[in-house]
Amino acid sequence: MDFNQIQELIRLVTKNKLSTFYLQEGDFKIIIRNQATHLPEGTPPPVLYAPAPPAAQPPTPTPPPASAPSAPPPDVQPAVQPVKPEVSNLITIKSPMVGTFYRSASPDKPPYVKIGDDVEVGDTVCIIEAMKLFNEIESEVKGQIVKVLVEDSSPVEYDQPLFLVEPA
Amino acid sequence: MFKKILIANRGEIALRIIRTCKEMGIQTVAIYSTADRDSLHVRFADEAVCIGPPPSAESYLNIPRIMAAVEITNADAIHPGYGFLAENAKFAEVCREYGIKFIGPTPEQIRSMGDKMTAKETMIAAGVPCIPGSEALLQDTREALLMAAEVGYPIILKATAGGGGKGMRIVWKEEELEGQWETARREAKAAFGNDGIYMEKFIEEPRHIEIQVAGDQFGKACHLSERDCSIQRRHQKLVEESPSPFMTPELREKMGEAAVKACTAIGYEGVGTVEFLVDKHRNFYFMEMNTRIQVEHTVTEEVIDFDLIKEQIKIAAGVPISGKNYFPELHAIECRINAEDPFNDFRPCPGHITSFHSPKGHGVRVDTHAFAGYTIPQYYDSMIAKLIVRARTRDEAIRKMERALDEFIVEGVKTTIPFHQRLMRNEDFRAGNFHTGFLNTWDFRNATL
Repeated sequence: MDFNQIQELIRLVTKNKLSTFYLQEGDFKIIIRNQATHLPEGTPPPVLYAPAPPAAQPPTPTPPPASAPSAPPPDVQPAVQPVKPEVSNLITIKSPMVGTFYRSASPDKPPYVKIGDDVEVGDTVCIIEAMKLFNEIESEVKGQIVKVLVEDSSPVEYDQPLFLVEPA
Repeated sequence: MFKKILIANRGEIALRIIRTCKEMGIQTVAIYSTADRDSLHVRFADEAVCIGPPPSAESYLNIPRIMAAVEITNADAIHPGYGFLAENAKFAEVCREYGIKFIGPTPEQIRSMGDKMTAKETMIAAGVPCIPGSEALLQDTREALLMAAEVGYPIILKATAGGGGKGMRIVWKEEELEGQWETARREAKAAFGNDGIYMEKFIEEPRHIEIQVAGDQFGKACHLSERDCSIQRRHQKLVEESPSPFMTPELREKMGEAAVKACTAIGYEGVGTVEFLVDKHRNFYFMEMNTRIQVEHTVTEEVIDFDLIKEQIKIAAGVPISGKNYFPELHAIECRINAEDPFNDFRPCPGHITSFHSPKGHGVRVDTHAFAGYTIPQYYDSMIAKLIVRARTRDEAIRKMERALDEFIVEGVKTTIPFHQRLMRNEDFRAGNFHTGFLNTWDFRNATL
């Protein structure tokens, strides 16, 4: 299988809105997963490339199947983890001040929030300390913490992104 | 010597300080508001910390935010530049409490020179000539009338908490005094929160001639000669030069001596400027002392070949000065280029600079933070560049300034370049024939190029 044939395969998988395409031929294996069928309208499908077939392999004009392959082997792993496209509705909690960022009230206490936690407006999400004064930073949104962008005990500046929140 | 200096300022002066720090091998920290994210001082510093939104009160004037930035970067000294917190005694105190060296005078020195009345008292006690007038705040109109009769009209009423040309009222005749007194008090209260008023003889057609000084931590002080800053619009300097065309060696010696006396009287630490008014008989009178580096420090640097910022840092680090005085060896002129429309009452014109070509060549220096593609924020002052020329003689310096101004291209915003071009060609300016009222009588728009 050469590069042009792989490109052709990808085109056909996308055109026919297939969710998975699997082909194995000797040592050569290709898996194409199309997330377009699961994603909101308008999101371009990520395209995946598997390692090129060995050069010695003679091109085999195998036509792609029109429907999903029968019984892909259960232990097949995608060559590359599909990248979930940027969902732009995430809200960033930014630092309102300069100081040192702490995830918990003190080293022996658990963090105020972790990934997956739900927060309400007014919930404390972290502490920022400056000049020996500890300031509790409150969330201005209601939602779920998706990402923590700053490491514990690191310096932060004004407007620096601290957390990503998926709004409820 | 300091390892890391945080520059508590922005724009061209922040860049200026960063440059000297780099030359001295000192690490630099820039602070900035979100409006200055793309500013050159942010890019040229070793580290930068965003401290707040655009308004100065929440950024460049905000002491807690600035101290937090010092904390997270471990700076061991702060350079306050000019304006903002440079003469804020409280800020200098906070730095001292936190063990961070404030590059400048002590809080006490800032206070004593910051209050105009106290400064005057200190100077009189030190034997520095002051403008005849009240030696204390005036209590009421009766006192004012008596004093004015003694000093002789015209007199000027000044707010003790004022400065930078604000809070002043001239009285030409006795009949006007009471009314002006009431107005002055009200205005002072509103502008400075302090309605203390004192009186001085109003010096007609004065020249503003200031002396650059430096004092170390060991009580030694020296002067670096004068700058003539008489060309002012609404008490804001537009052009400065050194030496002053009105100066004589005898006057320079007397004024220099007085300025050094002013420093030693308070044990002044750092670089500063003692401002004098000089009347047509070459009598000079103390006006005020600026306890900071000034915008026009560059003029002195060009005629004496001296790095004043470096001197500030050395003094702050405890290096003693030699105590010797410095005299101009060349002639330098500076034009402040502001983003203002001179044809429309100098209205500020912040905006996007699309082209920027600054003059270069022999004897030309441009201190600026502007560049093609830079957007001037509307939150801060309008000065975008300082154009300084130096030459062997005043005539050559003026010729050079004309050439340099003609070469200075700024597109996208209006600038005061056309004003300076016409000023350089003015007969009286060329003759050195001007005083602080010059721009009240000359409208540059009538001049041709």
